[in-house]
Amino acid sequence: MSSPPKSALINRRAGKPHTSMFLRMLMRAAVLRRGRAASALLAMVVAAAVATAMLNLYVDVQAKLRKEFRNYGANIVVVAKDGQALPADALDKVNSALAGHGLAVPFAYVVARTSDGQSVVVSGTNLDQVRKLDSWWSVTAWPNTTHDALVGARAAAVVSPQSKLFDLTFQERIIHLNPAGTLRTGASEDSRIYLSLNDFVSWTGVQPSTIEIASSGSSEEVDALIQQLSQALPAAEVRPIRQIMEGEAHVLGKTRATLAAAAILIIATAALCVLSTLIGWVFDRRRDFAIMKALGASERLISGFFAAEAAALGAVGAIVGFGIGVGVAAWIGRVNFHAPVVPRFNVLPIVVVGSIAVALISAVIPIFLLRRVQPAMILRGE
Amino acid sequence: MFGRLVYESFRRQKRRKLLAGIAITLGVGVATAMLAVATDIGDKISRELRTYGANLIVTPQEDTLDIQIGGVDLKPPSDGTYLNEADLPKIRGTFWHHNIVGFAPMLPVSVHTGAATNLTLLGTYFSKRLIFGKEDFATGVRITHPWWKVQGAWPDDNSSDVLLGESLAARLGRKAGGEIEISGQPHRIVGILSTGGAEDNQIVAPLALAQQILGKPGAVRRLYVSAMTKPEDALARRDPKSMNPEMYDRWYCSPYAASIAFQLQEAIPHSHAEQIRQIAQNEGTVLSRIKGLMLLVTLAALFASALAVSAAMATAIFERRTEVGLMKALGAGSISVAALFFAEALLLALIGGVVGFAGGSLLARQIGRSIFNSQITIEPVLFPVILGIAVIVTFAGSAMAIRRAVKFDPVYALRGEA
Repeated sequence: MSSPPKSALINRRAGKPHTSMFLRMLMRAAVLRRGRAASALLAMVVAAAVATAMLNLYVDVQAKLRKEFRNYGANIVVVAKDGQALPADALDKVNSALAGHGLAVPFAYVVARTSDGQSVVVSGTNLDQVRKLDSWWSVTAWPNTTHDALVGARAAAVVSPQSKLFDLTFQERIIHLNPAGTLRTGASEDSRIYLSLNDFVSWTGVQPSTIEIASSGSSEEVDALIQQLSQALPAAEVRPIRQIMEGEAHVLGKTRATLAAAAILIIATAALCVLSTLIGWVFDRRRDFAIMKALGASERLISGFFAAEAAALGAVGAIVGFGIGVGVAAWIGRVNFHAPVVPRFNVLPIVVVGSIAVALISAVIPIFLLRRVQPAMILRGE
Repeated sequence: MFGRLVYESFRRQKRRKLLAGIAITLGVGVATAMLAVATDIGDKISRELRTYGANLIVTPQEDTLDIQIGGVDLKPPSDGTYLNEADLPKIRGTFWHHNIVGFAPMLPVSVHTGAATNLTLLGTYFSKRLIFGKEDFATGVRITHPWWKVQGAWPDDNSSDVLLGESLAARLGRKAGGEIEISGQPHRIVGILSTGGAEDNQIVAPLALAQQILGKPGAVRRLYVSAMTKPEDALARRDPKSMNPEMYDRWYCSPYAASIAFQLQEAIPHSHAEQIRQIAQNEGTVLSRIKGLMLLVTLAALFASALAVSAAMATAIFERRTEVGLMKALGAGSISVAALFFAEALLLALIGGVVGFAGGSLLARQIGRSIFNSQITIEPVLFPVILGIAVIVTFAGSAMAIRRAVKFDPVYALRGEA
């Protein structure tokens, strides 16, 4: 046994007496009672993971569902006043205001005559973009060359019942069209014929009078966009499509409220689970508590010891749980929305603080109960 | 003896049993509430999705083309054929009438008022009382077009009062409470209508008034129907004409948009019914996303409550090592000790399960009332399912702890060296 000189040992201990012992007790408690500490930590991790996943989902669900709601098509429409055409730079202005957060599609309309003198509405538009904007359009084949037309189901019965080439007349000018595909929507589009904008303009000389916009922002962002566009385009009327906006706000609100109720229930259950596990864990160690007290530790030191232990457990559990919870949320996003839920790091402090708070509460309750008990009684096993 | 052991255990350890029981009750309560909400959410959201308005449209079979740009009808209103108003209540007689939330007929006619000519007056139902058989119900745009907002009052369907579209009112300088002359007759303006669509430039009036102006009693141009439908699947996309009789029956008896449209067509003579794809197609995807989300969240809730229950059970058993030691020292076998614990767990699970189910049902009702303003129906089949889950989870949660307690050497347990 080669022990260091006694004076050196005393000096070293005098240097940092409390901290080193304190840390050692913390470490030893975790290492020696691995089983119980691990089960407490497991409960903590699972609770933090569930809480993280629920909070993440709650924050992200709006963005995810909003993407689904954009399948309903445009939520803003820009219409030229009094049947005029929009200014030539209108589409560019709209696109720069959107800044990539949405889609803007121009539409031009005229009433043309068929070869047997019937009136039919013909529209010129960017067909590739319409396909993205109005994903509910049921189309047999999208036109892809010039003089190909997309013919509404009801218009088709009038202009080309056997899918033959047909002629349309507008102000004495004739265009020959090939009915490339049939369109079915159940609304007024069924009575129309759609052409590419180039064909349409070179035939009629009429410029777009309407721009339909699908903005993917929140309702405040959409309102701001409408304001901005009204100022940029004084010659046009910019208005929200209330049917779409209000339906979306309504369904989204209900879904979020349900999810919030679910999140509260689930997080409360998880917290309860942690509470009962940790209380059991601390209560189980009443012998440690009694020995410390019998050896002369102050009440404050013991409380501090158990509190520090609980806080450490809470913090570690929260951070590991956060990682797992983000994974669970991402998985739910992928399964349900086919796009992962983005991890929200502003949820992390809430989870960490909540976990530590629950851990501290569950440490304080048994200590409070044990404080009145004589150490001798506990050590005797009563 | 066994019964007495269980009984005494409950009598003497009230506090511990109560704690474990509370954990089970809460866990079961949360699970019940979430399951009830998740099973009913499809129905609830389906109803909420009706705020998007009608998803089916009925037009006359031999209809001419719509000449409509930006919602403004350019066709001479006398053109074309009409549906018969008297046929409308028959919608209530179709197979899926419970799914039909409401319908609204529309009849646009061209009118003039003073200097302003070529205005459109739209005749419709606002909230019209109709009778079919013994049923008495109200329907109209207030149900099918919930985004229509009126400043002032809605006109009575039997009056000849009108609503003025917001933009038109501003152009003509009229306000609610004023009068307007339509085709030579004075009418009271009871409200100003704002829709964000073409109606903002129109006069909206009771259907009877529009028919009177047109001189065609009973005429209806289009009929909008708002129905709760089932999302489209492979069967719904097939052509009913190519189905065999069995498939056809299944198709006919499913509330697909297409099959409801088919039945509307059967109910109303000389009509053509079609789904409005913008509304009908998209609600399916939105509905399935929300249902899927709630299902996954419910799984998370079940998981969390299972964990809470097992944690509580494990703690409760761990605390009773001394007791196990004593029983074993007195000669009890592992099996009889385990049986005692499982019997106690079963009793706890059953009591906690029943109380938790009752509490969870109340919670689900509360959620339904506060969020959806309607009752959440709790399927009776949920009760045995919940009890089964409670028992399984309690057993599973206890199993590990019981195994450890039984394996523990009685000598150490009795000496208090845990």
